[in-house]
Amino acid sequence: GSAWAALALAPPGLQPPAPLRQALLPLPVYLLVAFGCYSLATVGYRLATFNDCEEAAAELQEHIRAARADLRRRGLGLGAQ
Amino acid sequence: MAARGPGRVSVLLPTYNERDNLPLVVWLLARTFSDSGIDFEIIIVDDGSPDGTQEVAQQLEKIYGSDKILLRPRAKKLGLGTAYIHGMKYATGDFIVIMDADLSHHPKFIPEFIRKQKEGNFDIVSGTRYKGNGGVYGWDLKRKLISRGANFLTQVLLRPGASDLTGSFRLYRKEVLEKLMEKCVSKGYVFQMEMIVRARQLGFTVGEVPISFVDRVYGESKLGGNEIVSFLKGLLTLFATT
Repeated sequence: GSAWAALALAPPGLQPPAPLRQALLPLPVYLLVAFGCYSLATVGYRLATFNDCEEAAAELQEHIRAARADLRRRGLGLGAQ
Repeated sequence: MAARGPGRVSVLLPTYNERDNLPLVVWLLARTFSDSGIDFEIIIVDDGSPDGTQEVAQQLEKIYGSDKILLRPRAKKLGLGTAYIHGMKYATGDFIVIMDADLSHHPKFIPEFIRKQKEGNFDIVSGTRYKGNGGVYGWDLKRKLISRGANFLTQVLLRPGASDLTGSFRLYRKEVLEKLMEKCVSKGYVFQMEMIVRARQLGFTVGEVPISFVDRVYGESKLGGNEIVSFLKGLLTLFATT
């Protein structure tokens, strides 16, 4: 960041050659756009590959049934569900 | 006090209006621990739930014994962080597991946390929804997007070395949790993030185990728009201070 500022925004006496300055000035914008694209791509990919745990949900339902039956047996007053 | 087995696990369960879920999660915990031969205790910190959660907890205490079920309630809703601090005072285990009491975290992963901890002698084992075969059930696209987006932000800003910063299904070595609780000041989701970030700062090691998060079965979720705003504020604060 500071290197960029030093090179791109230097006063006239200290400026690096013109072609270098031309490439340097828009660099932060390019980097921002590149980062933006990277972010979108990464989040999009991770969103698409987010695992859906169907079996875990089904298993939990079974466990809940077993738990309620056992707890009732053991004397827990379960409310109506 | 009963003699405690080596490697006893203390489970901290902060509850608020979990009358339906509490007996189920306790049953699953007791079953998991007895199946795997792990010594345990469950510390229930209820914040004065009006729905009868404490009555249910008392019945559970009768069923499982007061050496296994420790009721340590508080008068009113005082927040998650202080609930942990409060519950930890009564913990006699070498390890402390924190988890949600609403069945979104399944106790079956706890033996895997223990195994992972032994494998690398980790100070913390964090359940992750984002790696391996970890995942979620019952989330629509919007919720998943918010989750992935928020996590991406935390990875970029904090570079934490853990894939799931906002997760709250974790195992801590007792001394580690005590140390961290002294240092962490945030609330809500940010609190969970801060614990990992501070842990890394202090040189603690974090292992990960993929877990499945099944969105809550009974009751009302406590996530809202406010949470998102305070998450962002908290994230920026952490970024600025670490």
